[in-house]
Amino acid sequence: MEDARSWAAELRGRFEEGLTRAAEWRAAQLRGLLRMATEMEAEMCDALHADLAKPRTEACLHEISLIKSSCLFALKNLKKWMKPQKVQAKLMTFPSAARITAEPLGVVLIISAWNYPLLLSLDPVIGALAAGNAVVLKPSEVAPATSSLLAELLPRFVDGRCVKVVQGGVPETTALLEQKWDKIFYTGNSQVGRIVMTAAAKHLTPVVLELGGKCPLVIDSTVDLHVAAKRIAAGKWGCNNGQACIAPDFIITTSSFAPKLIEELKKVLGKFYGKDPLGSADLSRIVNSNHFNRLKTLMDEEMVFEKIVFGGQMDAYQLKIAPTILLDVPLDSAIMREEIFGPFLPIITVDKINECFGLINSMSKPLAAYLFSRNSKLQDKFERSISAGGMLLNDTSIHVTNALPSRPDQGSFGTQGRPKECEI
Amino acid sequence: MGTMEEKPLLGLGKLVSSLGEVYKSGRTRDLSWRQSQLKGLIRLLTEKEEEILDVLHHDLGKHRTEAFRDEVGVLVKSVKNTLQNLQKWAAPEKAQTPLVSFPATALVVPEPLGVVLIFSCWNLPLGLALEPVSGALAAGNAVVLKPSELAPSTAAFLAANIPRYLDSEAVKVVQGGPEVGEQLMEHRWDKVLFTGSARVGRMIMTKAAKHLTPVALELGSKCPCIVDWLDSKRDSQVAVNRIAGAKWSTCAGQACIAIDYILVEEQFAPILIELLKSTLERFFTKPEYMARILNEKQFRRLGSLLESHKVARSVVHGGAMDPKTLIVEPTILLNPPLDSDIMTEEIFGPILPVITVRKIEDSIEFVNSKPKPLAIYAFTGNEKLKERIIKETSSGSVTFNDAIVQVYMYAPSCLSDRYGLESLPFGGIGQSGFGQYHGKYSFEMFSHKKAVLKRSFLIEFMFRYPPWDGSKLGMLRHVFRYDYVSLFLALLGLRRR
Repeated sequence: MEDARSWAAELRGRFEEGLTRAAEWRAAQLRGLLRMATEMEAEMCDALHADLAKPRTEACLHEISLIKSSCLFALKNLKKWMKPQKVQAKLMTFPSAARITAEPLGVVLIISAWNYPLLLSLDPVIGALAAGNAVVLKPSEVAPATSSLLAELLPRFVDGRCVKVVQGGVPETTALLEQKWDKIFYTGNSQVGRIVMTAAAKHLTPVVLELGGKCPLVIDSTVDLHVAAKRIAAGKWGCNNGQACIAPDFIITTSSFAPKLIEELKKVLGKFYGKDPLGSADLSRIVNSNHFNRLKTLMDEEMVFEKIVFGGQMDAYQLKIAPTILLDVPLDSAIMREEIFGPFLPIITVDKINECFGLINSMSKPLAAYLFSRNSKLQDKFERSISAGGMLLNDTSIHVTNALPSRPDQGSFGTQGRPKECEI
Repeated sequence: MGTMEEKPLLGLGKLVSSLGEVYKSGRTRDLSWRQSQLKGLIRLLTEKEEEILDVLHHDLGKHRTEAFRDEVGVLVKSVKNTLQNLQKWAAPEKAQTPLVSFPATALVVPEPLGVVLIFSCWNLPLGLALEPVSGALAAGNAVVLKPSELAPSTAAFLAANIPRYLDSEAVKVVQGGPEVGEQLMEHRWDKVLFTGSARVGRMIMTKAAKHLTPVALELGSKCPCIVDWLDSKRDSQVAVNRIAGAKWSTCAGQACIAIDYILVEEQFAPILIELLKSTLERFFTKPEYMARILNEKQFRRLGSLLESHKVARSVVHGGAMDPKTLIVEPTILLNPPLDSDIMTEEIFGPILPVITVRKIEDSIEFVNSKPKPLAIYAFTGNEKLKERIIKETSSGSVTFNDAIVQVYMYAPSCLSDRYGLESLPFGGIGQSGFGQYHGKYSFEMFSHKKAVLKRSFLIEFMFRYPPWDGSKLGMLRHVFRYDYVSLFLALLGLRRR
């Protein structure tokens, strides 16, 4: 507790001295992070492999490259973002001039998650530094190798007086949450999200919560099946083996199309991971035994296990679970009520594809919603009637690689999070 | 099940679910519905103007002119502006897509949040209720408004008239005190906007955390006014007019952005105080030109601020308080102790401490020693000072030489002017709150900007998929560097990946 208080005070002192405000300082931090992501790529891939058995290409594609692009994007736009915006003054107040000036909030606390432990730590840090804040980063203890690496590297590449990494678990996080911050950015689950927001309320600290959700994927028969199957497989199992907040959680399709979809997915999975997926180096493992057991329990439920149509292999020793497809599990089963966050893909069939809307809207608003269809009427209806953080048609996941408000506003809302206004 | 004491739910559960149903039906999303609600608000404000001015006078002793200026006039203007711009604000915006995802379209689509809850405050009981309501409706939400029970005539007016002028199934007014507010917060909302004190703000946010309900808080603060030496006599008088208006002509200083205290160089303090006194005499020739204090509780609070011996000794003008009429006359203090309540708490009344500094630049440090305010005011011609204030202080907003709307010669105010500048966001920072609204910002406060990316099946790049090998990684590097030429060549096999 004492440590947390003194770190917060120290950083506040540094912020108040004005160290973080100059454009040159901010740009130097961003360049430092860019150098770190470039020079330490091998070490980063190693840490991600130690924590998650993340394949090197995934590590580069989904974490390191995105960190670099984020740094470059911020560097490129920094001057523009920092520049005051002129706004229209009205006749009523003539003569007058009005403008909006961006200023840093002060000292921000960033708590990140274990599944993309580098990206979800550094991307918000990039934003916070670009905006001229001092930062405390608390990486997830569930990804310990990455957490240690960040603690070791950040002071070498950025200004350690204004950027601190605090490692630890629940006690350390609780101590941090007792302090006053100018903003808290949390990525993780709703349960801890509530704790974060409750703690923030005591100090009236604005929070941003990036939480989870069951991201639905609707697919009809108008698609190019082969391409669709690859993109679905890449979005589900190619993203940390399903342990991603934007991974498609479950599929809705017509009962007539389901068999074709399943066949094509099987073919694609065979190509991606071979005959023995548990032995494939291209498949991430489950992060730890807690989550492995959680997933196993989802599978073991009566009426669920018998619905497996592909996969289902598990190796508790290696903490690996193979890509698994299930057909028509009961809608009230745990696997359909909770966010799966793993390699199980339930396919729910409907008679007519339009029935998907009722089903999706009966659930909490998701972080992402996917539609694979060439039917423009269905696309329009999907866009209009489904509320989600972000939406992607005919592809998965790549909307977060774009400079769309998918970061940091990738927030969804509903029980799944809050929008940025808490820029709140 | 246990022996939990059942709190009377006041039918709120039903209210919340019925609004949810209305929202789900899609009716509030239609642009034409939203336009009809905004038009309904304008009609309410124009047709019922007399009654509005009556209830504001009843609740606060607000003079009709002040009430019109601060609550009716500015609101009608704001809603008309929203109506005019609605289509534009609600339209999806295109976003850039990288070449590698060609062909693709990317859009940011504003959509309503759902069912939102708005708590308004007693000092601008109409404005602080209907400005956010107009933004929430413009954004396509269903709305519950909980007006402050401390302005009961206005609350009753809203409860009676909103169902008449707006869609009564989608916009509800819930009256009552703190216990009703607590009951409302037991439910989940798609957003809550609260205007009021930090103490209640904390409670709202804590309750909201249970449901992960997003909140916006518009809280209070001590808004400082830095007064620098102005060369011309005319400028000085104009400045004092504006200061007097901003303090005493806005609900008798009971406004979150009223000037709380002044900072001035010690050598100029006597001149400033003389100017303030003479201006007060000219402006407030009749007591009814200034609003009264809300109620006895607030009256007693203000009285206690002046109680301490040292504070009482610092009164240089005014100080008279009439418990029968709840009028506190415009009061000026000179250098009350800095650790007194009047200098540590938000005053929210017609008492104006003048604090002297050696050099005007010292004001910056003084302002920074206190929690971040909603507004900082500075009257100065010194461009360097202005830049320093902008760079070295933090506040919801900064206003220089406060362009005050001169509606009438004797009662200018900075309040409606700030409201009037719809292109500026209004909101706090730090202890003064978070979340911004007014104008387009009201629309955005109650919207979600959904990212929508549409791709085609036409072009496929195999390097997106496992099994992974070094060549795929190489190509992905080209993609992320936007190095399309190298990518193209690699794809053609004409370059080492």
